[in-house]
Amino acid sequence: MLKDITLGQYFPGNTPVHRLDPRTKILLVILFIAALFTAKSYFSYGAVIVFLALSVAISKIHVKALFKGLKPLFIIILITGILNVLYTKGETVLLSFWVITITLEGIRTAVFMILRIMLLVSGTFLMTYTTSPIALTDGLERLLNPLKKIRVPVHELSMMMSIALRFIPTLIEETDKIMSAQKARGADFETGGLVKRAKALLPILVPLFVGAFRRADELATAMESRCYHGDKGRTRMKVLRMTGSDAFALILGVLLLAGVIVLAVFGL
Amino acid sequence: MSQTPILKTEGLTHTYGAGTPFETVAIHDVDLSVYPGEFIGLVGHTGSGKSTLIQHLNGLVKPTGGRVLVGGEDLQSSKETLRNARFRVGLVFQYPEYQLFEETVYKDIAFGPKNMGLVGEDVDRRVHEAAGFAGVPEEMLDKSPFDLSGGEKRRVAIAGVIAMRPEVLILDEPLAGLDPKGCEDILAHIQEYHTSTGAAVIMVTHSMEAAARVSDRIVVMHKGTVAMEGTSKEVFSRGEALRAMGLEIPAVTKVLLRLRELGVDVDPAAFTVEDAAKAIVRLKGGHNLC
Repeated sequence: MLKDITLGQYFPGNTPVHRLDPRTKILLVILFIAALFTAKSYFSYGAVIVFLALSVAISKIHVKALFKGLKPLFIIILITGILNVLYTKGETVLLSFWVITITLEGIRTAVFMILRIMLLVSGTFLMTYTTSPIALTDGLERLLNPLKKIRVPVHELSMMMSIALRFIPTLIEETDKIMSAQKARGADFETGGLVKRAKALLPILVPLFVGAFRRADELATAMESRCYHGDKGRTRMKVLRMTGSDAFALILGVLLLAGVIVLAVFGL
Repeated sequence: MSQTPILKTEGLTHTYGAGTPFETVAIHDVDLSVYPGEFIGLVGHTGSGKSTLIQHLNGLVKPTGGRVLVGGEDLQSSKETLRNARFRVGLVFQYPEYQLFEETVYKDIAFGPKNMGLVGEDVDRRVHEAAGFAGVPEEMLDKSPFDLSGGEKRRVAIAGVIAMRPEVLILDEPLAGLDPKGCEDILAHIQEYHTSTGAAVIMVTHSMEAAARVSDRIVVMHKGTVAMEGTSKEVFSRGEALRAMGLEIPAVTKVLLRLRELGVDVDPAAFTVEDAAKAIVRLKGGHNLC
């Protein structure tokens, strides 16, 4: 049920993709997305797909796991596809009756849009699957470091993010527990109208919020008693270092984007 | 016992995450019968399947194999049976104080009875009765549950389940995290409910002393199966086997066993300090402690 949420899930491993610096992976995802949105032809989509497929193959993440991540988006993908098929104007009419006209261009656009969403999600999922949340926020903080010059609280933001990520599984577990406890007292979440069901959530939400505040309080005390006082003078247990493979991966990413841009310029 | 069991499991099996790499067998082929008026101590090491087992007993978790019978009826046979079973088998979770949510203690205790479809005086009677059994004083009923101390909250939460007048009351580690006085208190109230209503009680606990003191029967879970079953005397006489499962015998029993090793002819089948004292006094030719 709730445990099936795969968002932010991390599959530990020791492949070249896992070992890449988180900054590299974040930059690669940005390059990947840029390439994806520049791509307009079969060729360029092919290049993007090959790039992703290679990364997936090296990371040894099961394709099944990636598709599982796409499952919740199924309806969005479906609607996008249908709307694009129906509302794209084109010349080559394949089918026409009543108000519905389906054109070759429509189908082409729909296929591209669906591919785009799927690739976008799979690409970002590959990053979260192969990078621990801690490493990810660490990388993000380092990438955004220059913004500190203009007083953006980068460290605080990334600390908040890692704490939030850290507590997602805890809160899910707690929700499950509270739900079971209330069910044991005969609470009914499955029947009744909208108002009744919304009311039925109260016995879950109140303890959940009370618990979240209590945890936040405890965490703050624990952090303070270990002398946490923000960014100043803080050193890291794991210092991020770029290596040769990071440079290689980044060059590949840049080449992908450059290639797709060149193809787009030549109208392919 | 010749009575028919009120609660019974037949070949109960539960596998988590079947078909994934995280597949684990939580409980396997558990046959357990609970008779009316019985007090069962359910003990076992962390991860032995105790919590999974008790969540099956009121149908919160659906078994992947086997079945659970409440009063002879299969829990999963219909939605009605399942819902009724929730009220007939009351389950108090571990750290139940974190499930309180209402504005007042009274309303929180009334949550269960109201879900049963009771109204007005019936609810009122049950709330007061349950508060009495769980040791929640009358003047506490109008307070907010969030203003109470940890021990008080736990008693309120237990009252919330007792208010459904379950025929089987199951408590998961009701003594966890309490000071000795709080432990005694809760234990005494659970026993009171047990003796004055005749309800069966299953208490999951880590404390061998507590289990030995209040249980008619002790069930030991190990690696998802029932490893031992019997009176405290029978179970604790197998100290070695218990230790192999990561469990301990009560501390006083250990003292008596050591005394025996040292050549003192004392009966080691005593699990509370009082019984042990009596055993030693008996040895010295005395008759009674008082």
